[in-house]
Amino acid sequence: MMHLLAILITAIFLENFVLNQILGICPFIGVSNKMDSAIGMGLAVTFVMLIAGVSTWCVNQYVLIPLKLEYLQTIAFILIIASLVQFIEMVIKKTAPNLYQALGVFLPLITTNCAVLGVALLNIKKGYNLLETTFNSLGGGLGFFLALIIMASIRERLDLAELPESMKGAPIALITAGILATAFMGFSGLV
Amino acid sequence: MTIDNLFKGIWKENPTFVIALGICPTLAVTTSMTNALGMGIAATCVLICSNLFISLIRKIVPDNIRIPVYIMVIATFVTIIDKLIQAYSPALSQSLGIFIPLIVVNCIILGRAEAFASKNSPIDSILDAIGMGIGFLIGLSCIAFFRELLGEGKLYGFPIPYFKEDPALIMIMAPGGFFVFGLLRALKKHLELRRAGK
Repeated sequence: MMHLLAILITAIFLENFVLNQILGICPFIGVSNKMDSAIGMGLAVTFVMLIAGVSTWCVNQYVLIPLKLEYLQTIAFILIIASLVQFIEMVIKKTAPNLYQALGVFLPLITTNCAVLGVALLNIKKGYNLLETTFNSLGGGLGFFLALIIMASIRERLDLAELPESMKGAPIALITAGILATAFMGFSGLV
Repeated sequence: MTIDNLFKGIWKENPTFVIALGICPTLAVTTSMTNALGMGIAATCVLICSNLFISLIRKIVPDNIRIPVYIMVIATFVTIIDKLIQAYSPALSQSLGIFIPLIVVNCIILGRAEAFASKNSPIDSILDAIGMGIGFLIGLSCIAFFRELLGEGKLYGFPIPYFKEDPALIMIMAPGGFFVFGLLRALKKHLELRRAGK
């Protein structure tokens, strides 16, 4: 149990997908303007990362390896993620129209979020078993969520700050992310 | 007109600094000039192949399923390039790691497929791909130049006098990427504003 907890903590804080491994930066910069959309996007990505991590692991283990088709990993994984996102979109639309309304725009974009494909590839690369994969994917998603809401709350304040014209928008967001990443380096050695 | 397709990617519509696409690999692999070069060339190869292929099949693919088809085409070429790099340059494959398979989700490639190759002839699409690829390579190299110089005191692995005395290690770690890219974006905006003000 401690071992699984260590994987979870590592994925959230030490090897944070956004701030340490630099994956999923586009949505991180793109939707961190407002708190509401950041929460929506963060939840959706966490959910997709968890399901995608587990299902790609299963496909790799039970389909690709027995058939000796490991070289098709990238193609198979992106196909799984794309159809998964499409499927989740349809389920949410059917069962929770309110949530669908809130997430609407962000759902299809998750397919091209490199954190999702990244977590699938990293699980395989690190040789995790199913349980470890589940915790690593969940941790990766929660780490993304955490980074996104921290960033959104900082940026809401930044809107009120007086900045030189050329620093407004993306540049100051990137500098803020850099300072945040520096702060997250303080977690190293925690596990 | 056709030759313009080649040059617009290099400066006017530079993927890194103007349209800001493909930021993840831009920040992650620019720890050294060598990595930036490898990534730039790999992405350019994928871009040329996918643009050409998508341009050739643009009239056959039904509109509704074009995005999945494009992603499959791109994923196929990425796999080919990935295996070629693994076979001929294991060291580069090691240092770029999962960022080679992640070229699949690099928005530049899907973006050019959707915005250009699906509407233009094969020749124009290849020129567009070469231009965008070189633009991406220049963008990566700009960032890698500062990060490797300040973070390791080297360029392409060769030590640079003065800088190598006391390098700031943080520049080649994650925060350094954010800082350099943020400052370069601000610089570009500053230059634009100054030009507009005159």
